[in-house]
Amino acid sequence: MKAKKIKGQLSMCQSQLTDMLLRTTDLTFTHPGQKAIRFDNIELSEGESLLILGKSGSGKTTLLNLLSGLSAPDTGEVVINGQDISNLSGQKLDQFRGQNIGIVFQKPHLLAPLSVLENLRMANFFSKKKNEKLKQILIDLGLSEKINSSTLTLSEGEAQRVSIARALANEPKLILADEPTSSLDDENAEKVIQMLKEQSKKIGAALIIVTHDQRVKNHIPKFIEVKSS
Amino acid sequence: MNLIKLSWKYLIFRPFSTGLNVILLALGLAIITVLLLMQDQLEKKMNEDAAGIDLVVGAKGSPLQLILSSVYHIDFPTGNIDLEEARNLGRNRLVKNTIPLALGDNYQGFRIVGTNLDYLELYQVDFESGKPWSKAFEVVLGSEVASRLALKEGDEFLGSHGISEGSHDHEANYFHVSGVLKSKGNVVDRLILTSIESVWLTHEESEDSEKVDQSISSEITLHGLPESDEPKELTTLLVQYRNPMAAIQLPRFVNSRTNMQAASPSFEMSRLFELFGVGISMLKGLAFVLIGISGLGIFIALYNSLKDRKYDLAILRAIGASRIQLVLLIFMEGFILTFLGALIGILIGHSFLALIISQNQTGVMVSLQPWIFLKAELWVVAYALVVGVLASVIPALTAYQTSIAKQLTKA
Repeated sequence: MKAKKIKGQLSMCQSQLTDMLLRTTDLTFTHPGQKAIRFDNIELSEGESLLILGKSGSGKTTLLNLLSGLSAPDTGEVVINGQDISNLSGQKLDQFRGQNIGIVFQKPHLLAPLSVLENLRMANFFSKKKNEKLKQILIDLGLSEKINSSTLTLSEGEAQRVSIARALANEPKLILADEPTSSLDDENAEKVIQMLKEQSKKIGAALIIVTHDQRVKNHIPKFIEVKSS
Repeated sequence: MNLIKLSWKYLIFRPFSTGLNVILLALGLAIITVLLLMQDQLEKKMNEDAAGIDLVVGAKGSPLQLILSSVYHIDFPTGNIDLEEARNLGRNRLVKNTIPLALGDNYQGFRIVGTNLDYLELYQVDFESGKPWSKAFEVVLGSEVASRLALKEGDEFLGSHGISEGSHDHEANYFHVSGVLKSKGNVVDRLILTSIESVWLTHEESEDSEKVDQSISSEITLHGLPESDEPKELTTLLVQYRNPMAAIQLPRFVNSRTNMQAASPSFEMSRLFELFGVGISMLKGLAFVLIGISGLGIFIALYNSLKDRKYDLAILRAIGASRIQLVLLIFMEGFILTFLGALIGILIGHSFLALIISQNQTGVMVSLQPWIFLKAELWVVAYALVVGVLASVIPALTAYQTSIAKQLTKA
């Protein structure tokens, strides 16, 4: 019922919004000693999901790095929530990334010395955001029993879910996931995709998943393909 | 969560490496702390104890021994001097005042010092209870003596011959405690003071027990040198100069024209500290080696952990941390590590000194205060922190230069 209500609100929001949440134009990037990669333009609005497909080595992750500002493009621009991120530099970019972009990596890479909840708090600390709902996120992701556990006690699937929770901790506008299901079994992969979709809808964020995983394609219709030309 | 907490979590995540480094650093700093405390307090104490004594005149022998035995009461006296000869010296125009000392007895290891009331004035003693001696065999106890032996005003005890414990007792005469002094933290604390005559009489009795009745009624001298018809002896004479000229002329005069020797406390003590110096600098060297090794240890620990943590650092950047924050994180770890080391080191240093003091019953160490904190110890902390910062520079730079995109795509 709750989900329905939120869906309703979202569609209302969408109709009111004229601005896109994410827009890229004419992005190109050159790895040292390789040919330039040209990326298709992307336009995404709140609550939308997008798959980035492509063979390995085609530059999918490169695109993800450009979108998150982890590397800078040769040409073109990335505008997130009205902010051209190539105009930001150093600390401001780090801050912007922390506040507006949640990233889920191929492997969970949680901070081992910290507990599950502390990993999430860390995200809040560095982006200078406060979020009272951290525990709720963990509960939503089925981790209620693990809130104060050490990250070392988690299974692979649980760890990946914690890393999703971490990406959600700052209520970002954009969620980027890099092959989030590649090391998971069918059941866990299914769960992770569902959760990513649900949670990003819940906080009104756009979701981009980089993958070559067939299991993901069934869930998200919209996709672009990256080809190294 | 904040940076300090995060650094702390990373530190306790590797308890053995962290512990080892902290202990190494703490040991080095503990040695330095002990040296600082000993140097400061011993020197201060030595100077305090010798204040007002320009020259010590005693029997010929080692001048250092003379000073140690009659100013600090830690060594054996060189022998005795003739009373008349001492009296002649007292009349010298270069001498302002002399205080006679007669050593030779002890009670339970604490020395019984025969002297006059000028000695009490020299150290400006205050009485905890009672008053100075006014009759033969009345004694005044230093605070340390009173508390260790649980003696108080009105108590009696038998002295024993010799200045260290374990010799035979003088059986004939009891000493009566006429007063107990307040603690001043100087040499007087561990002395039993009485009149010269009391010391003489104890020894006469052991030689000739028939004289007992007569001697108890004998007069005692409260100031100046005692008079005697028979040839008598003193152990040493503490001399105050009348003018600076005396410092040049008097020692030479005593050493060449009399059967006695003169030694200057300040000169002998600086000579002693010079001898100590070699040992102290070796200990200091050892301490610096330990600190150097711990610095290296901290560097290696941080550097190695950084290799495993490059991914963590990249993640931190991805969730909004700036480069500067990562640098701070690494520095904070070095900082916390060395700060802990410094605190523990200082604590070990003081505890070690306290242990030494509690093991010593009557020596000079007894009057040291293990729990006095010096300003110089702040320098110990500062020094440790410098080590921590230096050890963190390279790891922190590595953290600064970590490229997140590269790290994260390496997988």
